Amino acid sequence: MFEKALKGNKYYWMWLAFLGTFMAIAAFCYVRQFHYGLGLTGMSRDVSWGLYISQFTFLVGVAAGGVMLALPYYVHNYKVFGKITILGEFLAIAALLMCLSFIVVDLGQPMRLMNVILHAQPRSMLFYDMIVLNGYLFLNILCGWVILTAERKEVKPPKWIYFFVYLSIPFAVSIHTVTAMLYCGLPGRHFWLSAIIAPRFLASAFAAGPALIVIVALILKRVANFDVGKKAVDKLATIILYAALVNMFFVGLEFFVAYYSNIPGHIHSIEYLFFGLEHNGHVYNNLVPFMRMFVVLFVVGVALLSIPYTRKRSDFWLGAGCTALFISLWLDKGIGFVLGGFVPNPLNEITEYYPTANEIFIVVGIWAMGGFVLTILYKIALGVEHEIEA
Amino acid sequence: MDKKRRDFLKIAGATTLAGLGGPAVVERLVSGTSPAQAKAAHGAETHGVVSEHEKENAPTGRRLGMVVDLRQLKKHPELMEKIVHACHAQHNVPHFPNKKDEIKWIWRTEFDKAFTEHSHYHKDKLTIANDVLVFCNHCDEPPCVKACPTRATFKTKDGIVAMDYHRCIGCRFCMAACPYGSRSFNWRDPRAGLDMNRINRHFPTRMRGVVEKCNFCAELVGLGKLPKCVEVCGSTRAMIFGDLNDPDSEIRKVLKDNFTIQRKPSLGTHPSVFYIV
Ligand code: SF4
Ligand code: SF4
Ligand code: SF4
Repeated sequence: MFEKALKGNKYYWMWLAFLGTFMAIAAFCYVRQFHYGLGLTGMSRDVSWGLYISQFTFLVGVAAGGVMLALPYYVHNYKVFGKITILGEFLAIAALLMCLSFIVVDLGQPMRLMNVILHAQPRSMLFYDMIVLNGYLFLNILCGWVILTAERKEVKPPKWIYFFVYLSIPFAVSIHTVTAMLYCGLPGRHFWLSAIIAPRFLASAFAAGPALIVIVALILKRVANFDVGKKAVDKLATIILYAALVNMFFVGLEFFVAYYSNIPGHIHSIEYLFFGLEHNGHVYNNLVPFMRMFVVLFVVGVALLSIPYTRKRSDFWLGAGCTALFISLWLDKGIGFVLGGFVPNPLNEITEYYPTANEIFIVVGIWAMGGFVLTILYKIALGVEHEIEA
Repeated sequence: MDKKRRDFLKIAGATTLAGLGGPAVVERLVSGTSPAQAKAAHGAETHGVVSEHEKENAPTGRRLGMVVDLRQLKKHPELMEKIVHACHAQHNVPHFPNKKDEIKWIWRTEFDKAFTEHSHYHKDKLTIANDVLVFCNHCDEPPCVKACPTRATFKTKDGIVAMDYHRCIGCRFCMAACPYGSRSFNWRDPRAGLDMNRINRHFPTRMRGVVEKCNFCAELVGLGKLPKCVEVCGSTRAMIFGDLNDPDSEIRKVLKDNFTIQRKPSLGTHPSVFYIV
C-alpha cells in the first residue's frame, strides 16, 4: 500500500519537503546535543524537565484523543464516524512516534535506553508508561493497517481484529492516566500532587485530539477532496466543546483548592503561572503571557464552537475555533503544566527556564516529523478511499 | 496497682511498641521526639544477614545516618566551606560557573530554604544569620529509588541510597521525585569542570548525561573509614555519622540527648539525616 504515498501532486511534495527541511535541521541540532550533552538546552538543576517532556505529555493526550472517535464508532456502532475514525487511528500513530522521539531526545544517555527493560523496576511509573505507550502504538498500527487492507479489498475486516480494536480503548485511557501518574505521585511537588491530574489530562486530551482531527478533516476536504461528512464534524465539535469545558472546570478546582486552603505550596506554582511569583523583591513571570493566552484562547474557542452561526455555517470559523482550543490546551499542558511544577524548587528558590534555539529547533523538527508521518499515513488512507469510490 | 502487675504492663507495653516500630520507637517516645522521627530512625526494612543468636534482639540491619549539629557550625564559621570543598574534591564534583550546569553534592543554604516547613515570620537572629548544610538525606523511603526506571538509584543494605552511573539513562525522573533537590545532572562533560591533574584517582569521574548526588561516602565507609565531611569536622563533632539501628552507637546517643529536626518529615520519606538546631 505504501506506493500510494509515492504519488502526489506538486503541493504534496512541496509540503513534505517543507517538513523535511525542519526535520533535517532538527537532526543536525540533535547531533550537536548528542555530542555536547543536554547542557545545550535551557534546562537546569532546578527545572530538570523542559520542552521535550512537556511536548511528550501533551502529545500523549493527542494520541489518546482518537478514542473519542473509536469509542462511538466501534462500541456504539455510530456510523457517522465511519470515515473519520481512520483519521483518529493514524493520528495516534503519528503522535505516539513524536512522544517516543521526545523521550529519546530528553535522555542523557540514549544509548542505554534498553536498561528500562533489562533492569526493569516495576515500582517506577516510567516502566508502565513505556509498556502502555508502545502497546498503544502497536495496537493502532495493527488495527489501522488490517482495517484499511480489508477496506481496500472491499471485504469486511476479519473478526479477530475487533478484539484489538476494543483493547485499544482502555489502552487509550491508560496511556494518559499513566502519564499523569508520572507527575501526581511525587511527594513535595505540590502542583502535581493532585488526584485530579489524570482526569484533567483525559479531559484536555479528549478536546485536543479531536480538535486536531477536525482541523485536519477540514483541510483534507479542501486539498484532498475527502469529506468526512458534516454531521461527523459537528458531533466532534460537541465532544470537543464539552471536554474543553470539563478541563477548564478542573483547572478552576485547582484554583479553588489552592487559594481557599491558602496553603503556600499549593498556591506558588499557580501564582507563578498566572500572575507571577514575587521572591526577594523580584517578580518571576516568564510564563504568565502563555497562561493568560491559554485562558483567552479557551474563551474564544468555546465561543466559536457554541455560537450556531460560527459553528454550523462556516468551515472557516469552525476551524478557527478548533485551532484556538488546540493551542489553548497546548499552552495549558504543553507549556504550563510541566514547567510550572518546577517553580519553586524544593528549597523554595526560583529558577526560570528559557529554552535555547537548539532545543526549540529539535522540538519543531519532531513536530515536523509527526506531520510528515501523518501526511504519508493519510495519503495512503485517502488513496484507498478514493480507489474504492472510483 | 501492685508492683508485679506494673512491671508486667511496662514490659508488655514495651514489647508492643517494639513490635510496632522496634526499640527505636520506645526511645524516641521516651526522649520526646515525634513518632515520624522515630520511624525514621528505625528503618522499615530489614536487611543484612542476622546470625542465629542475634535474631531475638536485633530485628534490623544497619541503617547509616547522620546528625548535623548546627550549633557547632555556627561556632566554626569556616567549617562549612571546608566541608563542601572536601566532599567535592573527594568525589571529583566539577565546578561550572554557569548556574545552569551546576552540580553539587553538599552545599550551604539558608535555614528557611532547608527547612521550608519550619519557616515563619519571627525567627531569632541566629537562625537568620546562619546557614545550614544540606545534602542527600538517604531517605528510608526514598522517592528517587521508586521513580528510577532502571534501578540505577538503589538502596544498599546499609541504608545508603546509591547510584550506578553506568546504568543511569539520564531520564531525570529521580530529580523530579526528590523533594529535597539533592540531585544534580551532568548537563555537559563533567571533566570540563575539573582540573584533571588534581582529581582524586580513587574515585571515578562521571560521564555527561547521568545524575549524581551525595553517596554517604560509600567508598570510604566500605573501607571502615568515616565520610569525608565527618572527617573534616574532626573534634568539633559538627557532623556525627553512625548506625541508626544500633542502640549503642554514638549517633543514637546524640539523638537521645538532643532535640533534632528533619527536612520535610511530613512527606513520609524518613530521612536519615537529622539536624540539631
Ligand atoms: S534526599 Fe532525595 S536523593 Fe536523597 S534519598 Fe531522599 S529522595 Fe533520594
Ligand atoms: S536519571 Fe538515572 S538515576 Fe535518575 S531516574 Fe533516570 S535512570 Fe534513574
Ligand atoms: S557523606 Fe560524603 S558524599 Fe555525602 S556530603 Fe558528606 S562527604 Fe559528601
